[in-house]
Amino acid sequence: MTGELLRLDRVGVRLGGREILRDVSFTIRPGEFTGLIGPNGAGKTTLLRVILGLQDVTQGSVLIDGAPRAPRDASIGYVPQKLGIEPDMPLRVRDVVSLGIDGHKFGIRLPSRARRERVDEMLTAVGAEGYADARVGELSGGEQQRVMIAHALIGRPRLLLLDEPLANLDISSEQGIVSVLARLAPAEGIAVLLSAHDMNPLMPVMDRIIYVAAGRAAVGTTDEVVRPEVLSRLYGQHVDVIRVHGRVLVVAAPEGAVDPALRDEDASVVG
Amino acid sequence: MIVLRYVFEPGFFASGPVHIALAVGAVVAVTSAVVGLFTVMRGQSFAGHSLADIATTGGSGAFLVGVNQFWGYLAFGAGAAAFMEMIGVQRRRGRDVATGVVLGAALGLAALFLYLGTQYSSTTGASFAILFGSIFVITSSTVPVLIASALLALATVVALGRVLLLSSLSPDIAAARGVPVRAVGAAFLMALATSVALSAMIIGAVLSTALLIGPAATALRVTKGPVRAAAVAAGIGVAATWLGILLAYDSFYWPPAGRGWPVSFFVVTLIVGGYLVSYLRRRDRGKVAPTEPDREHACSVA
Amino acid sequence: MFSGLMLNTWIAATAVAVIAGVTGFFAVLRGSTFAAHAIPNGAFAGAAGASLLGLNPFAGLAVFSLAGALGIAGLSRRARSDVATALTFVMMLGIGALFVSWSTEYAQEAYSLLFGEVFGVSTGEVLPILALGAASVAAIVVMFRPLMLSSALPEMAAARGVSARRMELAFLLVMALATSMTVPVVGALLMFSLMIGPAAAARSLTARPARAMFLSVAIALVTVWAGIALSYQSNWPLGFFVGVLGAVFFLAGRAYAATRRRLHLDRTARGAA
Repeated sequence: MTGELLRLDRVGVRLGGREILRDVSFTIRPGEFTGLIGPNGAGKTTLLRVILGLQDVTQGSVLIDGAPRAPRDASIGYVPQKLGIEPDMPLRVRDVVSLGIDGHKFGIRLPSRARRERVDEMLTAVGAEGYADARVGELSGGEQQRVMIAHALIGRPRLLLLDEPLANLDISSEQGIVSVLARLAPAEGIAVLLSAHDMNPLMPVMDRIIYVAAGRAAVGTTDEVVRPEVLSRLYGQHVDVIRVHGRVLVVAAPEGAVDPALRDEDASVVG
Repeated sequence: MIVLRYVFEPGFFASGPVHIALAVGAVVAVTSAVVGLFTVMRGQSFAGHSLADIATTGGSGAFLVGVNQFWGYLAFGAGAAAFMEMIGVQRRRGRDVATGVVLGAALGLAALFLYLGTQYSSTTGASFAILFGSIFVITSSTVPVLIASALLALATVVALGRVLLLSSLSPDIAAARGVPVRAVGAAFLMALATSVALSAMIIGAVLSTALLIGPAATALRVTKGPVRAAAVAAGIGVAATWLGILLAYDSFYWPPAGRGWPVSFFVVTLIVGGYLVSYLRRRDRGKVAPTEPDREHACSVA
Repeated sequence: MFSGLMLNTWIAATAVAVIAGVTGFFAVLRGSTFAAHAIPNGAFAGAAGASLLGLNPFAGLAVFSLAGALGIAGLSRRARSDVATALTFVMMLGIGALFVSWSTEYAQEAYSLLFGEVFGVSTGEVLPILALGAASVAAIVVMFRPLMLSSALPEMAAARGVSARRMELAFLLVMALATSMTVPVVGALLMFSLMIGPAAAARSLTARPARAMFLSVAIALVTVWAGIALSYQSNWPLGFFVGVLGAVFFLAGRAYAATRRRLHLDRTARGAA
């Protein structure tokens, strides 16, 4: 168990009578960059919420550093998909990042030079120093993502979770975010778990992939997991994997009828 | 200077009730402004409005029972806040109607209490005072209670400040960091109820939302960071309150009635005026207007 | 209770209920609950100001409510609607408070304008109430189809040349006119209950628009008549009965709808089994 930052063992989640996740197992080691890939509704967000302690599991266990999650665990940073803010919310970018340090603590804290410098450093690291004094509600999607990454990273987590950070971004913003993460995470030894429905932007940086479909997961390197046999078993129907110019496309095969025989086989591959 | 004598009618600075009004007014204005800032930020303006209506019922009830109306405002407000917290958060459009109708019943009850109260007591103008404020008749014995409540509410909100900001930014992040989001929300609602009760003492239950929402909304239009916004809101609140008190005092001999214009009228007008003025300033800097009336967000109770 | 003096009250109240039922139906349909809350306060200010001047109050009343409606429509488009509502609401109440404070009977005046006054309807007032009530209802009848369309399916209405903004304005103006007549009887704070409670109850009971509107009027009538009778007997304020009965009917409507839904579900479940 040593050296494992996060370990999920046969995790199952049942919500409102529906089985969202079944028999999901994987580990994440320090510094690893893992992609959590799968179609919409597959259970990626639920899985992230389980790791964060926001969702209880009906089966299985979640261990962080070999122990169940403590209530105030600062070792996991989180960048959610959506923020609940209005454009006129009185939070500037630097305020948001500053909240990443101690936003969860009660009481007053006086401003200090050291804190301000730390915030400025982090802003520069993610490339957000140009709009540090803008209201966070008035930023574009890509800009907000950078700010929230800075917010999460400034708390010095050991694992960073991101929920669909690349959705709704144009290609250059996408690449910007990926390169920020690829640059900062290994520098601090931070493990990254990033969910997306398109794995292509992540191909250059992913160490491993957790492919989630129909509530189950296949785990391993991209070469091990992204294969027609593995994914077909996961989806429960025939899928093809098409590789073009280094990019990957997963498509349902034309005669794609749901094949129960495929579904019942154990699809997880732990590499 | 002679000019000063025109601005400040004689006796202003010597008057006991004025001292009380200025002191209590300032403390309450600051508390309301800061609490109001968080209220607007959390999209809970409608909750503030509801609590004001229910405070009306409470004040009327207190009057009926012969107790200082502050206790009525506070008790009913706190009770309503607890109830709101219990039935849970996330109100959407359909629930506006429900809340509104229930508030209508509360106001109907207020009508009854006021009526019965005036039957049994000989105080004239009690209805008016409860509805529209009675800052000049705050007794010196209630002053410590009012100031203490205000400071308590203010301290609560300041202590919870960062946590409230984080929860507004993303409740999930807050929860994942171990913030007891529900308990924090409940504590905030209590501070809100207290604020409403205090504002009601100054400008009346029906108008108390002005001190809560107005300065905060104006501050949000002209500043950015949270601390600065709180400071600006507090400043606007105090300015409007003090100026309102001054004008009300000066107006004592004004036509047509020769008994002064109500403080609440001045305070509300100054606050709304300030808000409209902020529109002149930011006209070219991009309006906050959504393209479609933002009712979904506007009318959430929590 | 049915003496000559009270006759005016019955007539006026009936007109009020019809107006409230009709405008309330559309208010609920369009989700304009905030306007229904705020516009009567303009009427409050107008009534207070007008009675102060000793003039026939209805002119000033109508003017003030119309101004209020326009203000709300204009402001809510530019500002956050929750802030706009709250501030317009309190501003008009504040002005009303000012006017009321100038009158000699200010406590009583404030009270009756906010909570309603059963006995205050003179013969001279009944006719204007009836006239303006008839005018409002006629206006709604004329606008019925485009108003329905733009309330239920705004994009489709726009495609047919019915501008949503113009309909909204027209509707607010009618509501202002209607409520200005009714505030002296029912009171500004409780007008909302009379408009929204019965209309929302009606909606829970039926989905068909014409039927819902008639039902809304019917429930409003029952509310007001019961209110007057009870108020007359007990001397308790009319506003109290309107507020409470409005809530009661609303909850009853919801309960009925919920039970019907559950019965329907049970029936379909049993049918499937």
